[in-house]
Amino acid sequence: MSYAREDAGAPPSLFPDYGSTRTRAPLQPPLRVPQTRTETTGPAGWDRLMGPSLADLTTQHGGVPQGQRIIVTGRVLDEDGRAVPDTVMEIWQANAAGRYIHGKDQWDAPHDPNFTGAGRVVTDAEGRYRFVTVRPGAYPWGNHRNAWRPAHIHLSLLGPAFATRLVTQLYFPDDPLIEIDPIANAVPMPYRQRMVARFDMDVTEPNWALGYRFDVVLKGREQTPFEEDDHDH
Amino acid sequence: MTIDVADRRPEPRVDNQDPALFGQTPSQTVGPFFHYGLPWKGGADLVGQSDMGARPELFPEAHYVLNQSSPTGTPVGAVIELTGRVLDGQGAPVPDAMIEIWQADAAGRYAGEPGSDPHFVGFGRAATAEDGSYRFRTILPGAIGAGHAPHVALSVFGRGLIKRLATRLYFDGQAGNEADPVLSAVPVERRATLIATASGDGVWTLDIALQGERETVFFDL
Ligand SMILES: [Fe+3]
Repeated sequence: MSYAREDAGAPPSLFPDYGSTRTRAPLQPPLRVPQTRTETTGPAGWDRLMGPSLADLTTQHGGVPQGQRIIVTGRVLDEDGRAVPDTVMEIWQANAAGRYIHGKDQWDAPHDPNFTGAGRVVTDAEGRYRFVTVRPGAYPWGNHRNAWRPAHIHLSLLGPAFATRLVTQLYFPDDPLIEIDPIANAVPMPYRQRMVARFDMDVTEPNWALGYRFDVVLKGREQTPFEEDDHDH
Repeated sequence: MTIDVADRRPEPRVDNQDPALFGQTPSQTVGPFFHYGLPWKGGADLVGQSDMGARPELFPEAHYVLNQSSPTGTPVGAVIELTGRVLDGQGAPVPDAMIEIWQADAAGRYAGEPGSDPHFVGFGRAATAEDGSYRFRTILPGAIGAGHAPHVALSVFGRGLIKRLATRLYFDGQAGNEADPVLSAVPVERRATLIATASGDGVWTLDIALQGERETVFFDL
């Protein structure tokens, strides 16, 4: 058993419009190596590792955070459409004004004492997850003159194996900054749209929160091993 | 026939839910501000209950919402430290990177496999310090089978890294390095970029060069 390699939607490591990649992206092509149990196994017992679920980012402090309350929900699947149950999704984001709680964020928008912006959910048996947060604001960054990141939520998933590890960003459907953002643009069209959540009235709750649907698709299993399977197991 | 106003829905768009686009979610960078969201206190200590791995000085204490590692028991095996620096293409340290490790227990079994050490999770996470250094406390992994050399799988994340970089750390002088199916797939002249060197007291050092002359070998997984 092994896991699929990346598909046509994968971005390159070097994307010069995103300036930091110029000195940080490897210049050698990644080396294709056989997968062993090291790549096809992965950590389990996420709560023992990372602590209990933090699914509501709007109730972590004494008061209600500023901004538009939203629900984000969906499923974690593999590329064959199979649910990925019991896997952790970690999220972190800026507040409604586009400011991170991080000390090195120099953007002059207000902090919100009632909002940290970090959470963690685990998928159920059908791969479903759900969290409640506020919609993050766009923020400026130093990549080029008048550079603004589209509003986004950072997502980190372990998946079932070392080979399926994924960190990505969720974007919002009504954001004109996506099509000119160098980080989103590293993903070619139309695959870039895989990172754009769908506004969904069936997730939206009356008099409470707008709803967005976002499925995360991890690498699938391949039945034909690349070179040789591990002989010992 | 009219649709009741409460049942109206926006037209579907070309987005995450479009069946024609179904496929792997693309990777994006962790950016520079992940420290309050990912590396928890103790994430880099797979043996004890220290605070290793986090950078809590980078954000206000009231906003630390991550795990505090809890006592579980001591894993079997020789305690070691894995350390080194993450360097960019100009040799400058990378202070906003994050390393994850995944490794077998002392008997070569991964967490979750039958008979694996119940006190060893095998997974760790460490943010790099201002000098680009990372540090893990763990145990020396056993070989995962005949013909395999002991190794630790590494993932590197950071600002400027659109994709996770996957590599392995091997141990200088260990039996099996020559025959290992992954290490021997690496061109001879680049193998040293994956082999940690011992500096006494169980400390193993391996620098990770993201780019440049001694660029670490990263894998296509
Ligand atoms: Fe961001």
